Amino acid sequence: MVYNVTTMFAKTFRGGVHPAQRKEMTVDKKIKSVPAPPEIILPLSQHIGAPNKSLLVPGNAVKAGQRIAASESFVSAPVHSSVSGRVKKIQNFFNPVCGSAPAAVIENDGKNESVPFETIEDPYLFPKERLIGIIREAGIVGLGGAAFPTHVKLKIPEGKNVNTLIANGAECEPYLTCDHRLMVERTDRMIKGIYLAARILNVKNIFLAVEQNKLGAVFAIEKAARAINRKPSRNVPLRVTVLKTKYPQGGEKQLVRAILGREVPPGGLPLDVGVVVQNVGTLLAIYEAVYDGKPLIERCVTLTGSCLREPGNFMVRLGTPIRDVVKFCGGFTEPPAKIIMGGPMMGVAQHTLDVPIVKGTTGVVFLSKKELEVPDELPCVRCARCVDICPVNLLPTEIMRMVKYSRWQRMEELHPSDCIECGACAYACLSKIPLAQYIKLAKQRERQKNDER
Amino acid sequence: MKDSLYISPGPHIFAKGSMPRAMRDVIVALIPAIFASIYFFRIRAVLLLIVSIVSCVVFEAVIQALMKRKITVWDSSAIVTGILFAMNMPPSLPIWTCVLGCFVAIGLAKQLFGGLGNNIFNPVFLGRAFLAAAFPTLMTTWNNPVTLDAVTGATPLGMVKFSHDLSVNYKDLFIGNVSGSVGETSALALIIGGIYLLMRKAIDWRIPLSYIGTVFVIGTITNAVAPMTYAGGLFHVLAGGLLIGAIFMATDPVTSPITKKGRWIFGSGCGVITMVIRLWGGLPEGVMYSVLLMNAVTPLLNRSTRPRRYGT
Repeated sequence: MVYNVTTMFAKTFRGGVHPAQRKEMTVDKKIKSVPAPPEIILPLSQHIGAPNKSLLVPGNAVKAGQRIAASESFVSAPVHSSVSGRVKKIQNFFNPVCGSAPAAVIENDGKNESVPFETIEDPYLFPKERLIGIIREAGIVGLGGAAFPTHVKLKIPEGKNVNTLIANGAECEPYLTCDHRLMVERTDRMIKGIYLAARILNVKNIFLAVEQNKLGAVFAIEKAARAINRKPSRNVPLRVTVLKTKYPQGGEKQLVRAILGREVPPGGLPLDVGVVVQNVGTLLAIYEAVYDGKPLIERCVTLTGSCLREPGNFMVRLGTPIRDVVKFCGGFTEPPAKIIMGGPMMGVAQHTLDVPIVKGTTGVVFLSKKELEVPDELPCVRCARCVDICPVNLLPTEIMRMVKYSRWQRMEELHPSDCIECGACAYACLSKIPLAQYIKLAKQRERQKNDER
Repeated sequence: MKDSLYISPGPHIFAKGSMPRAMRDVIVALIPAIFASIYFFRIRAVLLLIVSIVSCVVFEAVIQALMKRKITVWDSSAIVTGILFAMNMPPSLPIWTCVLGCFVAIGLAKQLFGGLGNNIFNPVFLGRAFLAAAFPTLMTTWNNPVTLDAVTGATPLGMVKFSHDLSVNYKDLFIGNVSGSVGETSALALIIGGIYLLMRKAIDWRIPLSYIGTVFVIGTITNAVAPMTYAGGLFHVLAGGLLIGAIFMATDPVTSPITKKGRWIFGSGCGVITMVIRLWGGLPEGVMYSVLLMNAVTPLLNRSTRPRRYGT
């Protein structure tokens, strides 16, 4: 294999697990556009931060790209309609992240009328505040799944010094391939998006992090980057960094550690060690928002699993119920036993096909009855696999014990707040103990305690 | 279809392997040693193995039933305890003593502390320590392997300690053709089992390496200083219960540290205590007490060897 050399020198972090990749089902499937459904369900808030308020009332006509919900708070991202039509109702609806939340149901009139998009020829002539404003207005959030407003991450607080941008194309969750496909199919635009973010942040180093199971993407990017790096105007070179295929390689702290050897301090952000990490899909959205003037109204989603007739990667309008996307890819060969929004490690199990695709939806994984694993919790035998693999040096089994015996007073010294909730401990556990949930409990308790102080 | 969807928090996939499977790995790893013990001690080994396995499983089920706990004998942990218990007994041990020892191991050392995962001391060694204190003569009477002429004889460690006989036949010591506990004599069989466990990642290599390494180093140094008094490092590694202790007993995850640094200290601590007892103590063998003592400090090791907080 040609790849052996890169494999040997691939960088990584300490700890982590190696779940079966299962990416072969969709890795070579070109991104297909899913037609707009007859009705979309748009949760009013699709980001982490202050909740949005609706800008419309039922009966209002909307166009594609029109803002339907927003907040005045800086840490928020507006939501735009992805179809033209009429607002049918605004009410609580199934939400893929939090069970139920206010959403606008919009009837598609099929005309696909959109608000005019303001294109920009050369954004490098614009001041960076203006560009951040455009990105904020476009409603862009982290498309790797976290859904944190992107403009907040691009605005460096006073006193902080950022010199490195990491474009995150690691895609360490098994099954998912949407970022991989975007890197292969939208290479040029993505790289322009990366340079745009680099220009806003005024950084000296740009890295694009890719796991070594996506060498196709590495070659595509390296080829395109070579062409762009030759241009004198782009004096910051883009370096493609091949990382070991290991979960959670795509976590911000893990990327910073793997590429730069720096560790983000407890409670801190990559910002604190001079780094900003942005998902590759987000960077593509930045390109589209700035150059094309297009707000975030669609995203690439991987629909996969052995019970799906035609798994693949799809460009889906936000608010499209999963049911419609499943219909588009030919339905099921057998009824799924579990539907996971996101990847199988950190994704959220869904109880209905009616939940909509939202900004943070990286994929939907359908597990068949055969693949469904219903863990039977057994006693902990202190094998310490969780300790060995924890990417942030925690002792999950100790935290679990303290939670079980309600020994909250000594919890602080085990630092449950450092947990990145990657779930690798629960994955590795020989006794199938839901360690991630125990740590989450400890974390909540710690937070409450700190709030009371 | 709505009703048939399964909901649970992530992760939704799990690593291969399970706790009962890890237990079965240990049983598989013990197969060479079981064959060796049957070859050298014949019917005595068979008898002790059967009695010990049956009584451990029965005691576990009965005590769990009496304590109104879930009965979990199917997780194979009691079988592992049973095999290892027989392995650590002198071949001539009366059956009733063996049953009593198993009761102490399962009832006192394991279930009284809360069952699997909650015990502080290695159940097999706690049961054995009880028998050694209560029936010292029975526990130090050594039947020779049937392959030797004499019926009883001293263990190699006993010969070195009490008869100052330093002539060692390393081939017999390696194969297991010497007197000793049922399953401890064949270094070869135990090493094969150890390699299997390491390959299956069922045990951490740090404990056996640091344990055996420490014993070897101390044995070699003392032998170099006083060659007429002390046998060599290799002798101390191959003789007595060192290999079964380092590969199967000290590596019991429940009673050994969860941190890597802790395991290094645990293993070398076992090595030092073993050698102090063997070279300067009143007993010829010190593996059992060294493991029990290090079991006792394991909670302290866990607390004092916590990994560095990420990002500090």
